[in-house]
Amino acid sequence: MTLTLESACEMHPQVALRPEPFGALAYHYGNRRLVFLRHPDIVRVVRNASTYPTLRDALAGEGVEEQRWPSFVKALSSLTTSEIIRVR
Amino acid sequence: MSAESLVAQMKSGLDAPICLTWELTYACNLACVHCLSSSGQRDERELSTEQAKAVLDELRDLQVFYINIGGGEPMVRRDFFEILEHSISNGIGVKFSTNGAFIDKKNAERLAAMDYLDIQISLDGTNAEVNDAVRGEGSYDTAIRAMENLRDAGFGQFKISVVVTRHNVDQLDEFKALADSFGAQLRITRLRPAGRGADTWNELHPTNAQQRQIYDWLLAHGENVLTGDSFFHLNAFGESLPGLNMCGAGRVVCLIDPLGDVYACPFVIHEDFKAGNVLDDGGFTKVWRASDLFTELREPQSPGACASCGSFDACQGGCMAAKFFTGIPLDGPDPECVGGDGEKLLGAVPVALLPRPSMDHSKPERIKVSS
Ligand code: SF4
Ligand code: SF4
Repeated sequence: MTLTLESACEMHPQVALRPEPFGALAYHYGNRRLVFLRHPDIVRVVRNASTYPTLRDALAGEGVEEQRWPSFVKALSSLTTSEIIRVR
Repeated sequence: MSAESLVAQMKSGLDAPICLTWELTYACNLACVHCLSSSGQRDERELSTEQAKAVLDELRDLQVFYINIGGGEPMVRRDFFEILEHSISNGIGVKFSTNGAFIDKKNAERLAAMDYLDIQISLDGTNAEVNDAVRGEGSYDTAIRAMENLRDAGFGQFKISVVVTRHNVDQLDEFKALADSFGAQLRITRLRPAGRGADTWNELHPTNAQQRQIYDWLLAHGENVLTGDSFFHLNAFGESLPGLNMCGAGRVVCLIDPLGDVYACPFVIHEDFKAGNVLDDGGFTKVWRASDLFTELREPQSPGACASCGSFDACQGGCMAAKFFTGIPLDGPDPECVGGDGEKLLGAVPVALLPRPSMDHSKPERIKVSS
């Protein structure tokens, strides 16, 4: 699914995050997918997405510089395939 | 971060394993000739129920998301369901490997009622003749009955796990069809010269031509077939296969044996690859994070004799366990190196001097005495 800055998202309730030196491992207990989140910034955005009205607010709120937003939206979109995050 | 740097990251180790195998017992009702853990008889030093639960509590705190349970035959343990339930209720999913002997209708229903549980039934031939030659008489029927019981109980998708040998490599299509007929997923793995497999590897491991056959088959069907880290040495043929393309021993992979000893991987039950014991001070966590062995395995490894090979990036020199038990230096080529470089080194070390697994729980052979 392609997300946009206006999407309202949340981490899937069946997902657990385990901190690692490079960021975190995300594990989805439902579909058994294991996914590497390869930067601490993306970990924070995923973990806290549900507390913001839109992704735009989430990225701003978690201190991600604006020029990185497009790549973050792309990365987050790819995480919907494994249902690590989803639209709420 | 690019894909390469992710592999680099995994090579330097994770805070906790992602592929942890725990063999609950050395006891087994079968005596497969290629058993990687030389199982047969229970060891009286095996972890107690309480000790096993304490290990699970530690794994929960480490956020190990799932474990692979094996043996021996794990269902032989009387506390098998108790351990299973303790794990799952603590958020540690379980995939367990079994020969199916104890999956009767009642147990199948009990298993079907559990969440976060995967079951892997071992089968090494699509008929009794090929399977039973390796796994013992009657084991084909036993495995098929277990699959039927799981299907009838509504378990959902289980896995059929095959060790590819010289004798079943021509049955790959049939294995796939069998799995499909049960709505199961096929998993094929590599025969490694570990445990009793060290004694039978010469006769059972696929020939060079068959290596190519496996590679071609996986290229065509690999997307829906699980292989773990079994076949990355075949990537030297060209295009990379799906699956983990590195040796994860001590980096993302490890084994806890029935006594609580921690080894770098399930295929290296040998003193040289023992990092510690879960009952040591600091427990599994300390062994995983700070043992000398695992620290060393996470350092960059030299390509050694493979340095001049153009395929090294794809093949990584292959499997450490396969080299170790065939007497090839760890920085040498895999014994099944597709370029034939490993094969040339086989036999360099006399059989009597090859490293032996440090544990052997094989049942004593029953000698028939004729009257
Ligand atoms: S030693 Fe072989 S079996 Fe063990 S983790 Fe490495 S590649 Fe896999
Ligand atoms: S020489 Fe080494 S790197 Fe090259 S194909 Fe053989 S095992 Fe792999």
